[in-house]
Amino acid sequence: MSERKLVDAKNTFCPGPLMELIGQMKMAEIGDELEILSTDQGSANDIPEWINKVGHEMVESFENEGVWHLVVKKTK
Amino acid sequence: MVSDRISVMVTSGSREQLQMAAMVASVGAVSGNDVTVFLSMNSLKFFVKDSTEKAPAEGEMGVLLEEKNAPDFMELFGQAVEYGDAKISPCSMAVDILELKPDDLQGFVSEPLGLTAFLSDASEGQVWHF
Repeated sequence: MSERKLVDAKNTFCPGPLMELIGQMKMAEIGDELEILSTDQGSANDIPEWINKVGHEMVESFENEGVWHLVVKKTK
Repeated sequence: MVSDRISVMVTSGSREQLQMAAMVASVGAVSGNDVTVFLSMNSLKFFVKDSTEKAPAEGEMGVLLEEKNAPDFMELFGQAVEYGDAKISPCSMAVDILELKPDDLQGFVSEPLGLTAFLSDASEGQVWHF
């Protein structure tokens, strides 16, 4: 069964959150969702670009009290 | 995913330049590009294992990188190799000048590379210099 894993990458800067996400994605199963938390707006813009380029799925993204939540599904 | 070649020559020993080089190498590599990094001149000594010397800030940005907890450039270079199969090679001339042995450098650093081979690699794709 697929899971949603929380990846806390708050309080660092680009490309730290992206690298943290990639590290966790390598360990995830296909179909798993990862929710990455970032306080860096640059990463909030850049991570969807990366997801789009490499072909995973962007499920949702929203900002709440200065923290961006990006939910990504591993598709391959 | 489009695969392209990115060649990065790093000669600076400043924190800002090393940081930008590490960002290009790591993001380039995890985005499916074939990345080669060539470490020479003032950059190489920071890749010596167990070195305690910190790359000095060139200006205000370098100070802020450390104060604000930006990712460490050494960690980013390591992730470029681990997550994106980047190849990070020391310049063979710089290795000779610094009298380094292969085991003296960080584990993610490959065998020394000559300038001729790097330039041959760099003849296609993007070339960056820091």
